[in-house]
Amino acid sequence: MEMKFYLMGEYAACMRSEAPLDFSCQQRIWAMATQLKQRADLVDVVPGMNNLAAIFDPQRVGGDELILTMKRLWNASRSAKFPSRKINISVNYGGDGGPDLGLVAEHAGLSPDEVIAAHSAAEYVVYFMGFQPGFAYLGGLSERLITPRRAEPRLSVPAGSVGIGGDQTGIYPSTGPGGWQLIGRTALRLFDPTKAEPILLRAGDVIRFVPATSR
Amino acid sequence: MIEILRAGIQTTVQDLGRCGHRHLGIAQSGALDAPAMQLANRLVGNAATLAGLEITRSAVEIRFHRPTIFALCGADFFASLDGVMISPAWRNRCAAGQVLKIPEPISDASTMRTYLAVDGGIAVPEFLGSRATDLQGKFGGFEGRALKKGDRLPLGLANHGEQHARRFGTLQPLWTSEIRVLPGPEYAQFSTVACDKFWNQPWTVSSVSNRMGYRLRGPVLARETGGDLRSHAVLPGVIQVPPNGQPIVLLADAQTTGGYPRIGVVIAADLWKAAQAPPDTQLRFRQIDLAGARLASAKWAQARAIFEQSAYGKSYAEK
Repeated sequence: MEMKFYLMGEYAACMRSEAPLDFSCQQRIWAMATQLKQRADLVDVVPGMNNLAAIFDPQRVGGDELILTMKRLWNASRSAKFPSRKINISVNYGGDGGPDLGLVAEHAGLSPDEVIAAHSAAEYVVYFMGFQPGFAYLGGLSERLITPRRAEPRLSVPAGSVGIGGDQTGIYPSTGPGGWQLIGRTALRLFDPTKAEPILLRAGDVIRFVPATSR
Repeated sequence: MIEILRAGIQTTVQDLGRCGHRHLGIAQSGALDAPAMQLANRLVGNAATLAGLEITRSAVEIRFHRPTIFALCGADFFASLDGVMISPAWRNRCAAGQVLKIPEPISDASTMRTYLAVDGGIAVPEFLGSRATDLQGKFGGFEGRALKKGDRLPLGLANHGEQHARRFGTLQPLWTSEIRVLPGPEYAQFSTVACDKFWNQPWTVSSVSNRMGYRLRGPVLARETGGDLRSHAVLPGVIQVPPNGQPIVLLADAQTTGGYPRIGVVIAADLWKAAQAPPDTQLRFRQIDLAGARLASAKWAQARAIFEQSAYGKSYAEK
């Protein structure tokens, strides 16, 4: 598995897979993130989609040194199985909540109903959490639905919006700017700061989208 | 306690931000001009990590309900205490009941933010290890929001040090529009023409900029290769280029991951300059290498050490 290592700015050491999106690669990244989190010289370990960034304290470790360590860890790493929960999420596709459903359909050469059928037929795995508190990046999008991000991000995407960005799909937990194509909306709260566990989803969770009966 | 009599366009409780939660999508937050927040805290004898207020250019009035020591650092908004002018980056004493007043902005060209530190810090509860307000997530700080008229904020225990009460001030670094940038991970995917424009053309700060990021206007930067990227970590300072070719400089409230190509990363020592730039000003990016970035950080550390020596006669150890 071809992995590229590089520095981003003064205090982030990163790696990314150059190969097609792969679930076993992501499992190895989870395993590596767990190992890296134990290091005191790292401020944050941020898995991405088949990639990972280690944010380090430059007073305590050099970037080049950390990259060497990451290479060694990667070569020795194995896939980690995460405890997986199955979660169904009810979605209102199209309409006000999914203004880009038509665009995604057009891009795919499908009807909006076929897009809904394809999006809700698949089982998705939470590859990692990021972007906003509680935002889950899901792998498993049907190849037919791959749609580029918007040329200019929206300034405000409503909470609960379900979107497609490239070969990824996910749900916006809170209202904020975003560049994905929006195909529907859910009422489920993915982030609640008043709860003891404010974040609903976890890496490894298996998600199914269920079309809500029309409003 | 301090009381907000007039809140201005965006006054928030901030500290140096929260870390260790990026893998949950929790942003860093914290003061956009972190060195100014730090300096204000240290002037009043607080730990650098205590919370203060980030005040965005607009008229603001704050009443102190206890005698205390405070400092304003960052932009110079011509503040006064009961009608007596206050200098930025000075330690000030005030009596209970006195009102700190920031008038309507005098100039559109002034930098954007000033930081108020009060002896003992703003003692709002911590959320995930920080008192910083996350405006997007609506948590942290004071009720997860920008302050409003009538808000009353608790203060922490005062420092009571002799040294801390002595009248004292310092110089702040001068804001300039030149920002030093390291080439980012996807820099090589941009055309040579685009890279040339990036370094040599001025970039105008758009008025839709906020605490998450500054959107810039200028020539369109075309990317030659790469396609749609998979989402990856981003940090404050990262400069993203969406397909419209107009760069965005990410700031403290930025999302933790993104998918737009990263053409550059503002060096840590210059990030405050980006965050202080007023709308419609023109910024210029100057290329620097990692060694240069480290030297710039070392110069900051040296300036801080000199400040600590002259203020307290010893060096300051964080934590």
